[in-house]
Amino acid sequence: MNELRAILSDVVTRLFTERVTRELSEAAEQGEWPGALWQAVEENGLTLPLVPEAKGGAGGTWGDAYVVVSAAGRHAVPLPLPETIVASWLLVAAGLDVPLGPLTVAPVQRDERLKLVRRDGGLRLDGTAARVPWGRAAKHVVVVDETDGRATVALVAAGGARVTRDTNLAREPRDTLAFVGAPVLAAAPAAGLPHDAVRLHGALVRAAQMAGGLEAILALATRYATERRQFGKPIGQFQAIQQGLAVLAGHAAAAGMAAANAFRAADRRDPWFETAVAKARVGEAAGIGASIAHQVHGAIGFTYEHQLQFVTRRLWSWRAEFGGESEWATLLGRSVAERGAETLWPFLAAR
Amino acid sequence: MPTFHFELGELPPAAEALRAEVREFLRAELHEHTPAQRARSWGGFDREFSRKMGARGWIGMTWPTRYGGRERSALERYVVLEETLAAGAPVSAHWVADRQSGPLLLRFGTEAQRQRFLPAIARGELAFAIGMSEPDSGSDLASIRTRAERVAGGYRVNGTKVWTSNAHISDYMIALFRTQHDAAKKHEGLTQFLVDPKSPGITINPIIDLRGAHHFNMVVFEDAFVPEAMRVGEEGAGWKQVTTELAFERSGPERYLSSLALILELIREVGKVPGERAAAVVGRLVAHLATLRQMSLSVAGMLEAGQNPNLEAAVVKDVGTTFEQEVPEIVHALLGVEPTNDTGTHLQQVLGYLTQSAPSFSLRGGTREILRGIIARGLGLR
Repeated sequence: MNELRAILSDVVTRLFTERVTRELSEAAEQGEWPGALWQAVEENGLTLPLVPEAKGGAGGTWGDAYVVVSAAGRHAVPLPLPETIVASWLLVAAGLDVPLGPLTVAPVQRDERLKLVRRDGGLRLDGTAARVPWGRAAKHVVVVDETDGRATVALVAAGGARVTRDTNLAREPRDTLAFVGAPVLAAAPAAGLPHDAVRLHGALVRAAQMAGGLEAILALATRYATERRQFGKPIGQFQAIQQGLAVLAGHAAAAGMAAANAFRAADRRDPWFETAVAKARVGEAAGIGASIAHQVHGAIGFTYEHQLQFVTRRLWSWRAEFGGESEWATLLGRSVAERGAETLWPFLAAR
Repeated sequence: MPTFHFELGELPPAAEALRAEVREFLRAELHEHTPAQRARSWGGFDREFSRKMGARGWIGMTWPTRYGGRERSALERYVVLEETLAAGAPVSAHWVADRQSGPLLLRFGTEAQRQRFLPAIARGELAFAIGMSEPDSGSDLASIRTRAERVAGGYRVNGTKVWTSNAHISDYMIALFRTQHDAAKKHEGLTQFLVDPKSPGITINPIIDLRGAHHFNMVVFEDAFVPEAMRVGEEGAGWKQVTTELAFERSGPERYLSSLALILELIREVGKVPGERAAAVVGRLVAHLATLRQMSLSVAGMLEAGQNPNLEAAVVKDVGTTFEQEVPEIVHALLGVEPTNDTGTHLQQVLGYLTQSAPSFSLRGGTREILRGIIARGLGLR
């Protein structure tokens, strides 16, 4: 781990351990915006790992961002931190400035499009996007659309949208944003950016969040198994429990590898393949892992009182967001089949 | 939480340069191999192939040159291993020695043993078998009963080893015997020996596996003599050595590649433009495969860095064998073609071989339950 990552790791662990309290998590689920936490996150530079130093960021890499995003998942942080990191990176990729405040990206659903149109002497945004993460809380929305055959990144004020509120299972805002001729504040083409950049990088950060979440539930379940006693001994001494936790540990390890590898790939090339692998593999681990963690915890883990559900409800939502396992696996399978069996191993070995 | 840690591994340019060389060699050597032959990979025993690998310097390649090694890095060895296994090369005449017997002798053997055995192993001339399990001792390895009693100039051995793969065609066996008996301290009093399976007093009886193939054996020792010079390590140090040896065995990339031949046949079968269901199945398998390779590479990186990734290796083996074991089930569920022995299409034959081999994937080198016990200990549960 390099120096920046070690520092980031210390900062996020300390900040989230201290500040993401039970009260804060519950209040966020009731719809309260954790403004003080956001401010602390922003002041510590955690939203800007990928923004160059010249633009006020940390000048880091996706590998550095992995430290922040996986920690946000591990601590079930109720903020659009991963979304802000992706949105900032998109803006930077297009050479645009990154505004302060929470950002989000849209659209996130497969068949939706937000259209950039030239009207009344300027660029405007038209269209409706559902399930936009933290739509109501974001100051700005970053979209990627095709103009003149090129991927163009655009920044619009979230206030320019009509917002219909909804949430995911973890009661994180997932709102519908309707734009009708909303003025674009800044826009520029981004060379080399794929047209599905929003969904791709959304899947990328969700994979890392889930990998962090799996670490968290492994730790919770392991601790519980050493504390909870039945039949005169800690339940972790029963082989049935040990075997289940070993399976969970395997999935958590696989998830961490798949997600970290996708972030590394994003620093080197088009990370499409590694991101598809990560979203498909980590999403599967999330379902199996949540099931084992709940089984080990028994009835107490099924209560709102217990910490476990703050993570497992997120895992159940995140695995479906920005494309579920089956969608990414299907895309992956098509790309592999098209290249043919002979190329599979050389392709894998080159990554 | 006491736990394990995986960092992303990275292959140096030297290792990548080697990859092209290995691939070219394998392409020339194996061009006539059918998919069903490739699926056998580490079931394949081919002394000529092993000698060619040795001549290339790809056996014992991390060992010191004075013992016939090439002093290459663990990551270069990793590349040779993964390319060889991905190609389905017949490796079993050399790779037990390359993977565990050689490293064991390097670490615990006498100077005379190293000079006698290691260069020949590196040339691909010596095949090794492993004598650990006994009729009443499988997962509970420390309960073995085969006795080695001191006699003039060496030891007299009595007892029985089972599941001894390739004992009938190997040059040597590294066997674990009991040199002292104390029921309360079963992990003590165990010692490893180099055994010549052709010695008097040793009878090798075939055990035929469920496919009708002969690779297992039962090796019976009746007053067999093993010279003192063939003892590996100190008397009583066997348990510690065996644990180290099993860590060598468990850490390699082979623990997820056993079913690669079937995945390739599946991709051929579904064609360039597969339907949605077939595409999703292929994609899921590839997502697992790609992730396991990164996990395996991570362990290789830890080995290269001189760390001791026993726990991480157990995790990779458990996740990897679970994966390679489910591949025939997944292919069956998707295609429903009948698995065959040696008739039918390549797909049917590969499916037939792997369906019948898959049960062994989570048994060999430590059962799934034993591995998960090791992982649970790593989590602090035991």
